[in-house]
Amino acid sequence: MAQKNYAGHTIDVNDEGYFTDSTQWNREVAAAVAKDEGIELTDKHLAILEFLRSRHSSGDALSIRSINKSGIVDVKEFYALFPGAPLKKATKIAGIPKPSSCI
Amino acid sequence: MKHILILGAGTAGTLMANKLRKKVSRREWDITIVDENREHYYQPGFLFIPFGIYKKEDVIKSKSKFIPGGVETIFSRVEKILPKENRVILEDNRELKYDFLIIATGTRIAPEETPGLLGELWFKDIFDFYTIEGAVALAERIKAFDGGKIIVNITELPFKCPVAPLEFIFLADSYFKKRGIRDSVELTLVTPLPGAFTKPIATKMLSGLMEKKGIKIVPDFNIAEVDNEGKRIIDYEGKSVEFDLLVTIPTNKGADMIERSGMGDDLNFVPTDKHTLQAIGYDNIFVLGDAANLPTSKAGSVAHFAGDILEANLLSAIKGEPMTAKFDGHANCYIVTSDKKGTLIDFNYDTEPLPGRYPYIIGPFGLLKDTRLNYYGKLFFKWMYWNLLLRGHDLPVTSHMSMCCKKRPQ
Ligand SMILES: Cc1cc2nc3c(=O)[nH]c(=O)nc-3n(C[C@H](O)[C@H](O)[C@H](O)COP(=O)(O)OP(=O)(O)OC[C@H]3O[C@@H](n4cnc5c(N)ncnc54)[C@H](O)[C@@H]3O)c2cc1C
Repeated sequence: MAQKNYAGHTIDVNDEGYFTDSTQWNREVAAAVAKDEGIELTDKHLAILEFLRSRHSSGDALSIRSINKSGIVDVKEFYALFPGAPLKKATKIAGIPKPSSCI
Repeated sequence: MKHILILGAGTAGTLMANKLRKKVSRREWDITIVDENREHYYQPGFLFIPFGIYKKEDVIKSKSKFIPGGVETIFSRVEKILPKENRVILEDNRELKYDFLIIATGTRIAPEETPGLLGELWFKDIFDFYTIEGAVALAERIKAFDGGKIIVNITELPFKCPVAPLEFIFLADSYFKKRGIRDSVELTLVTPLPGAFTKPIATKMLSGLMEKKGIKIVPDFNIAEVDNEGKRIIDYEGKSVEFDLLVTIPTNKGADMIERSGMGDDLNFVPTDKHTLQAIGYDNIFVLGDAANLPTSKAGSVAHFAGDILEANLLSAIKGEPMTAKFDGHANCYIVTSDKKGTLIDFNYDTEPLPGRYPYIIGPFGLLKDTRLNYYGKLFFKWMYWNLLLRGHDLPVTSHMSMCCKKRPQ
């Protein structure tokens, strides 16, 4: 298993850089991961990250659409905050697994 | 008397009614199946209708023909399930009690989820082919099409029969070649996926074919809205693609009834144990077919393979024994690649589609190979569907995926 250093913390990650242990996450670490992805974290970003983490820990599936239920942003704003591939980026920064898309 | 109740008489519900009636005692168990429609559509046939290969009559039969004797059929809309009370309410407020419930209400397209999709161009220059109405209307539009930009757009995942959009575009390529106007038709697949398909080895094979046929692909495109006036689709980042004819695969959702019952996820699919096929949180409710949120394809072949597992587990549950059968996510799909050739993929939860050969009564069929025999396999599937699959008979293949004759490329 690979390890990475973020903000002085050693984090276990998989080969795509996603956390393999979501308990190693904290806000400082998140800020460092975000920087790698070219994103400066704001309170809005953090609120979304917390939303994704709590959904993940309660076992609910994550989808772009579920962002509408966050009450924080809608899908369009989600794209603006995490440009490119918002769900992939946001889950990486939130320290949770990449959502699997099946066929 | 005890009751087994099946909601939905499509592929999954019908095959389950046939299997169970043969296996459970008629003296102790009655079986009831409910559906709101009297017609059974062979949905894989919808793909061929826009190109005049099949007509509407080729894909419709009466549902009743496939429900075995000893099963009561009720044609009514299901209003909702009361899972904690083991009761189901129908639209006329009639009430059905059950000891075991099987949810098989499938998935429907939900074009209303995308702003502008149902705008003034709907069924003029924008069509789906996942409904009989869409497929038939699109056939007329394609017949009159004499050049321009055709885009096939996948709205979001998951959607049923994930290879159908590719098959559509391959058939369009053949069709316009035959009409001698392929040079004036631009064919583009616009998809939220990073490539033609999700799994790497199959993606490589399929994108190779697309390139060879001059079909373009716009990946990573998550549609936000349709601009009817400007005839373009726009994604969440503001990228846009213009069209003369838009063939859409709209958002797929589970039945609205699932939402009314408070049993669905964001898209009204029922959270389901991927091995036992029980609805999570309810020991006496099973989910079969497209209605389940399983991480495998939504396909008729999957309903068939999972049906064997559901049968075994339900029989165990009836006897009060532990359930030992486990579903592996097995899926098996023919993919037509032109009006003469096809390829075949076979996979499960853990193994992506691999190349090789597929052992069959006739064949062997080539996995991830482009052959004539695979095209006929697809046409033969229609016969198997009506005569074997729906009637709950075994198909000449195993329900668990076999690694026989598959090879991982170096
Ligand atoms: C274009 C296309 C091509 C395809 N190609 C293939 C292929 O090549 N191979 C393959 O394996 N699969 C293919 N499929 C997929 C396959 O048809 C489906 O996966 C399969 O039919 C799913 O079966 P189901 O029983 O879960 O759902 P369905 O067969 O759709 O049945 C659901 C039933 O539930 C009923 N229902 C829903 N809500 C209610 C309610 N509230 N009250 C009463 N009744 C209700 C509906 O009327 C319907 O009869 C294709 C599908 C399409 C659209």
